[in-house]
Parts: sequence; C-alpha cells; structure tokens
Amino acid sequence: MDKYLEMIRIRFLMMLAYRTNYYSGILIYSINIGAYYFLWTAIYSGKEEIQGLSVIQMTTYIAVSWMARAFYFNNIDREIALEIKEGKVAIELIRPYNYLGMKTMQGLGEGIFRLLFFSVPGMIIVGFIFPLNFATSLTTWGYFTVSIILSFIVNSQINLLTGIMTFFLYNNDGLIRAKRVIIDLFSGLLLPISFYPGWAQQIMGVLPFQAISYIPSMIFTEGFTGQEIVNGLLIQLVWVVVLIIPIQALWLFAKKQLVVQGG
Amino acid sequence: MFYVSIFFQYVAQYMKTRMQYRTDLLVEILSDLLFQAVNLIFILVVFGHTQFLNGWVRDEIIFIYGFFLVPYALFSSFFNIWDFNDRYIVKGELDRILTRPIHSLFQIILERMELESLFGVITGLIIMIYAGSNLGLTIEWYDVIIFILFVIGGALVYASIFIMLASIGFWSDARTSIMPMMYNIGNYGRYPVDIYNKVIRFTLTWILPFAFVGVYPASYFLGKTEWQFYAFLTPFMGVSFFVLAVILWNHGVTKYRGAGN
Repeated sequence: MDKYLEMIRIRFLMMLAYRTNYYSGILIYSINIGAYYFLWTAIYSGKEEIQGLSVIQMTTYIAVSWMARAFYFNNIDREIALEIKEGKVAIELIRPYNYLGMKTMQGLGEGIFRLLFFSVPGMIIVGFIFPLNFATSLTTWGYFTVSIILSFIVNSQINLLTGIMTFFLYNNDGLIRAKRVIIDLFSGLLLPISFYPGWAQQIMGVLPFQAISYIPSMIFTEGFTGQEIVNGLLIQLVWVVVLIIPIQALWLFAKKQLVVQGG
Repeated sequence: MFYVSIFFQYVAQYMKTRMQYRTDLLVEILSDLLFQAVNLIFILVVFGHTQFLNGWVRDEIIFIYGFFLVPYALFSSFFNIWDFNDRYIVKGELDRILTRPIHSLFQIILERMELESLFGVITGLIIMIYAGSNLGLTIEWYDVIIFILFVIGGALVYASIFIMLASIGFWSDARTSIMPMMYNIGNYGRYPVDIYNKVIRFTLTWILPFAFVGVYPASYFLGKTEWQFYAFLTPFMGVSFFVLAVILWNHGVTKYRGAGN
C-alpha cells in the first residue's frame, strides 16, 4: 500500500514543478467556460428553462463539468502507449508492483494536484465573473464528492483499456484521440444528456461514459434529486465493477503476446 | 522551385511513414471525422430546443461551421506547431534545423505536417452544401474565387496566431500551455460574434482575429450585408497577420541561444 501512496505523492510533486502550466490552465478553463456562458445565454434568450434546467443551472453545469474534468482527466493511456512503444513496459512488468494499479495511482496524484491548484481557484475566479449557482447543502457536496471519485475510477479504467490496446495496435494515437472525443460527447461534458433526443439518450444510457461527467454534474447542479442521485451513484458503481473484467482479460492476454518494439 | 521540390519530397516521406501503421491512420481519420461531428451534433441538439440564436437560424450556424472546417483543415495539416516549444526549444531540436539552408519555419512546418487532416476540407464542403441547399443559397461563378481567397485568408489568420505564439518560445523557454488555450479561443469565432459582449467581439476581430476564420467570411455567402465589409477584409487580415508573424519569427530566431545539450 505504501508504495502506491508514494506514487501519488511523487506524481503530485512532479506536477508542482511546472507552475506556469496551472496558471495558464486556470485561464484556459475560464475562457472555455466564458465561451459557453455567452453561447448558452444566447440559446436560452428569454426561455425560463430547457429540459428542467434554468440558464443559471446550465452555466453552473458547464462550469462544474469542466472543473470536475480537471480531476478525473489524465493521460495514463498515452503514457502506457509510450512505455509499450519504447519497450520500457518490459522492465515495468518485472517490478514488484501491479503496473496498472501504479498507473492509476499516478493518475490520481495528477488529479489531486489539479483539483487543489486548478479546479478550486478556477472555480472561485469563474464564480466571480459569471453568475453561477453553487450548491449550498452539505449533503449535495457529499454526494458530489463520492460521485467524482467514481468518475475518476471509470475514466481511468477506460484509459487503461485504451492504453492496453497499444499491445494489439502497436501505434494507437488515433484510438486515444477517438476515445477523447467520444468521452467529451457521450459523457455529457458539452451537453447534458437530457438535452439529446430520446433515442440518443437510450444509447448513452447503456454506455459507461455518462458515469464520467453527466452524473456528478447533475448532482452538483441539483438537476438530480432524491432517488435520482442514488440511481446515478449506483450506475457509476456498477460500471466501476463491470469494467474490471475487460481490463483484466485484455491485460492477461496482452502480457502473453507482448512484442517489444525497440527498447 | 527548390522549396516546391523539397515540399513534395517531404510529402512522399510522410506517406511512407504513415502507411507503416495503417490501422492507426484509419482510426485517426475516423477520429477526426468524429471530432467534426461532435460540434455539428452540438449545434443540432441545441437547435432542437431553440429556433434562433440572436436572429441566426440553425442552417446558418451549420453553414458557418462548415466553412470554418475548410480553413481549419488547411491550418491543422500544415501548421501543427502547438508543441514547438517542447519539441524544438526545450529539447534543442532547433539546432538541427538552423544548420540547414532552408527557412527554419518552412522546415518545421514540413516536419510536423499532418496531411490526413485535409479530410476536413471534404467534411466542411459537405456540411456547407447541406446547409446551403436547406437555405436555398445560390452560387455565382465568382463565388468560387472568393471562397478560395477567404479560405486562404482564414487559414493564414489561424497560422499567424500560432506562429506568433510559437515565437514567444525564442524569448522564454519555460513550458507554457498557451497554445491549447488558443484552440479554445478559436472556437469563439465559429459562432455569430454578436452573441458576445463588446470586449470579446473586439478581441476576436482585431487582436486574435478568429472571427475571420468562421463567421465573417461565411456571412458573405449567407448574404448578410451588414457583415460584408468584414467578410472582404478576410484575405487582407490573413496576409498582413502572416507577414507580421514571419517578421516576428525571423526576429525570434536571431534571439535563439540554443538549449538542451
């Protein structure tokens, strides 16, 4: 256990070294949220609500989902792909830890860093500029916390899967890019899933991506209430468990047919 | 002529390396298409809930997006320099570039090109034709020439902003992530600028003129007379910003002291 905690700490410190990155990071997010703010106010123009969300809830939704993204987002798929391509993975495999677990912990270190130095200050700045409505009830914050931790796990699991695919595709920059686009769209980052037409909602309902962004953001903006919150968290939990199966299967299979290119 | 032949030699080499990993190339083209679809889906879903966006109808917004994709595809195929600082300055790769008798910017453009992004031109045209026929737009023969001029202008605007940002690297070799930020700001230019407040509109027109990549030139084809002046300014903005960018670059190169080992 200690070695995994150490991984989180090391990655956290590594992130701290690149300070300009997070100043500009906060700016990027504020600008992005700003663009969506104007766009959504134009879209609402006079309408009280769309799909049960008011314009304030909508802009809060966008702000929260981008800020939550800072926590769950990581590049471990890219790192795994690089280590496989460079042949370093062979050394990683003989080290006394679980490679995939270690990668997840590195992702977590990165997430905690961005949450503290990026999302929190970013949220405060954005909150001053744009009229947002932050949840005041402690229970909402509690549910939200549980929910973004589950988001992190699901997103990292999908990243691990994409990373492992490098074993079979040898070069999978394309897949990594495609995955990123799919997550942005199907996770509800750009648009709440309730805005999509019914048939599209049904498709997204059976995919794991809604567990990444839609559920925590809906909980935070109080677009979900009572039983809906519990259902949302259950959906996330189910995906956390279900996704373990393909990861383990692919991982075992990949280790058997490991081809080290170079290295 | 020398530059032209170098260009084609690079293209030939590029094709060879890309063909090495064919599945990946295919997935990459598909993911580009998907990326373009995402923004289209966004517009379609949003207009499922509203009729107008500040007086612009759905198909007009789609048309602007389709237009935007064309200069953007040219830009992303040839000016893929967002990691210039990391790759060339921090790692000292620029030393290698500067020893060769070809303009440094030209070499970097050739080394980093991503020709598969050119598929965006096709997607953009399809989207424009779809939206244009919904709107009942008619095309005159000279519109084709104007379109090409506007596209080149738009691509140059994009390219100039990114070249200028890359040039900052000559003065400061710290890692920054201003480049991805610009990609986000570039998205502002895809929507009618009249939905934003005055400061943002001014910035998008005169400081970071991304509005010249989307809404301004596209509004000419949409027959929006109130934007005509800005539409015809597109090629001039493109050329003058590009000249500025190259001057800045050339000046920056003289400041480069070499890093890495």
